[in-house]
Amino acid sequence: MKAFIRATGNISPQKTFGHPAFLPEAVAYERNRLSCIEPDYKHVLDPKYLRRMSRIIRMGAAAAMECLREGGITKPGAIITGTAYGCLEDTGMFLSKLVEQQEDMLTPTAFIQSTHNTVGAQIALVLGCREYNNTYVHRGFSFESALLDALMYLEEGEATDVLTGSVDEITDASHAILSRFDLYKKDPVSNLGILPATGKGTIAGEGATFFLMSAEPGDADYAVLEGLHTFYKPGNQQVIENEIVSFLRLHDCMPADIDLVITGRNGDARGDVVYDQLTKTIFHGKEQAQFKHLCGEYPTASSFACWLAANILKTGTIPAAMQQTGIASAPAKKILVYNHSNQIHHSLILLAAC
Amino acid sequence: MYASVYIAGVGVISAIGNNVQENLASLEAGAAGMGEIRYLESVHRHQIPVAEVKQDNEQLAHLVGMPVSTSRTALLSLVAAREALTDAGLEAAGTLRTGFISANTVGGMDKTENFYQTFLQDHRQGKLRDVIDHECGTVTELVADRLGISHYITTVSTACSSSANAIFLGTRLIRRGTLDVVVAGGTDALTRFTLNGFNTLMILDRQFCQPFDEYRRGLNLGEGAGYVVLVSERVADMLRQEPYGMVSGYSNANDAYHQTASSPEGVGSFLAMSGALKKAGLTPADIDYINLHGTGTQNNDIAEGTAIKRLFDPTYPPLSSTKSFTGHTLGACGGIEAVFSALALRNGIVYPNLRFETPMKELPFTPETCYHSHVPLRHVLSNSFGFGGNCSSLILSKN
Repeated sequence: MKAFIRATGNISPQKTFGHPAFLPEAVAYERNRLSCIEPDYKHVLDPKYLRRMSRIIRMGAAAAMECLREGGITKPGAIITGTAYGCLEDTGMFLSKLVEQQEDMLTPTAFIQSTHNTVGAQIALVLGCREYNNTYVHRGFSFESALLDALMYLEEGEATDVLTGSVDEITDASHAILSRFDLYKKDPVSNLGILPATGKGTIAGEGATFFLMSAEPGDADYAVLEGLHTFYKPGNQQVIENEIVSFLRLHDCMPADIDLVITGRNGDARGDVVYDQLTKTIFHGKEQAQFKHLCGEYPTASSFACWLAANILKTGTIPAAMQQTGIASAPAKKILVYNHSNQIHHSLILLAAC
Repeated sequence: MYASVYIAGVGVISAIGNNVQENLASLEAGAAGMGEIRYLESVHRHQIPVAEVKQDNEQLAHLVGMPVSTSRTALLSLVAAREALTDAGLEAAGTLRTGFISANTVGGMDKTENFYQTFLQDHRQGKLRDVIDHECGTVTELVADRLGISHYITTVSTACSSSANAIFLGTRLIRRGTLDVVVAGGTDALTRFTLNGFNTLMILDRQFCQPFDEYRRGLNLGEGAGYVVLVSERVADMLRQEPYGMVSGYSNANDAYHQTASSPEGVGSFLAMSGALKKAGLTPADIDYINLHGTGTQNNDIAEGTAIKRLFDPTYPPLSSTKSFTGHTLGACGGIEAVFSALALRNGIVYPNLRFETPMKELPFTPETCYHSHVPLRHVLSNSFGFGGNCSSLILSKN
């Protein structure tokens, strides 16, 4: 199982969309909620569609269009989307009206756009793409589920190229609710200062990241995706280590073969201890780089890490913004992305240079 | 040649029964599950009929041994998923690589809409217990944890085709050799959110729905859950019970026409059905029964009907919409109807399409109106089409 990353599109709290340079600097925030830097959508999306689209649909569709544009593809062989929370703005809007107006005089627009498959469906609609279309909504596995489906679809020979990615948004309501679960550091907090972790809590994030995956290599691929694995609620640290080692073994490598590990450290000491423990064992002496201080914590943040890994492999450089530890002797050829979401959903994504 | 994937067990809860036996009995008796709203708190009680599961949350929670504060979506899911595993003789998965692939569209919305009443007045208020199960994936995990399944878990949400896609993915993961056993299907509870949402679209029938009728007025919303236990050939050989059949064909296409409406000619439906036939290596003449998506809306039935006409004309197998019994259960319907299709295959049943009166003037065929047993069925086609143009078809075949 291998697939080539031919193109990408990424809207995030960093300068990732429409910037020719790869993460030239880190954008700093002084709050516990990072918001995407959104482009002027009318340069990316047909105004006819744009008018009706809510924010998450715009972000998702624009990232997808940018990805296809870069890949030189007008209609992919499949569109597979991951989103943990779905269209929160439309959901919240319809729900609020429903409660406030006591189920009376409601209008359909927000309801229509509230279903979790809206982003994937709107991309298909804009492209006129009638191919396979699926949406996964499984918390910290949403992106990984979409990516696995994409890999399988290519492997089955059903398509030669697949558009896959993830999108999640923060709304005022969702941030108010999630904050009450004691997930975030108290404002003001500097995103660039959350690592290494001190105390509990992280910062909230969001993003839309899409990839064009191909079964066959192209002339200008970013990287090759060599493997993907998820594991759920591992009982202890030993289980985590075993999962990582056996995943690497399945792909004919050992920890020593990995040039760089991108970890999901988010500044919450309760969860970052998992990565710290691994640094003492299987990742000992390994170069590591971070990403959640750049995009914030959200269930599909691993897609942002995957985008960083693909760009590192393509450019041969690790941006200073990633707060790398360890010293590189040569450009990274093999990168492991290891992320966990609240210690429940763990994922491993293995990428190599082409 | 693909490895075969077998259906080793089935489980269902819907407005017409709390388990497989009760559902089958209602299907045979022609007893529909719609009625006045009884359990859902809504101003539309007495006005809009729905097809509710005939158990309140307390009874459901007691049945499955979960806290009564659990989302109804999860309670329904556990009832049906557990029945399916027991039916397959796989309550304890042991060393088998087992997955739980569930679909839903509402997640824990039934609780969130209660939370919002207080939360909207003050963002610091509202019981967090009522939003903790909000995410679709959380509903799946609550059930997976109870079933003891952890090897592979995911959730699909493609509106009304969600659980057909869950079965589709489960089949592929077994074919690929990634998993040995997959409990696949979906669940959805009735909520004020969906009831009012569909009401704004003006596609809810104020009477009991009449799928594929010239004078159809819309759909009735329902709730429930349906799961099949998919197993590899190796596992099927180990089990005491003969499998119900195989998942032989599946296809997913997008209509790419409109966010909520199907193209009048049913392009997506046609692509899904023809794709499933191709995958199964079958021709339309091989299909012995079609379990229609058949919601009863003007738009769905003409789109689906036109696609069937294009594919099957001039010879049509018996076809019917069991939504005339269960209502439209949204994220659960693909699972519930896959269970009905598996039962049809094993028991040789063609289900009636209740309340059908007048043929649609555009279509040369009419749905089956009587219950038939002892019908030799080899291949059954089940359709699930939804918002966002997501269209999926499954074909179940005799072993």
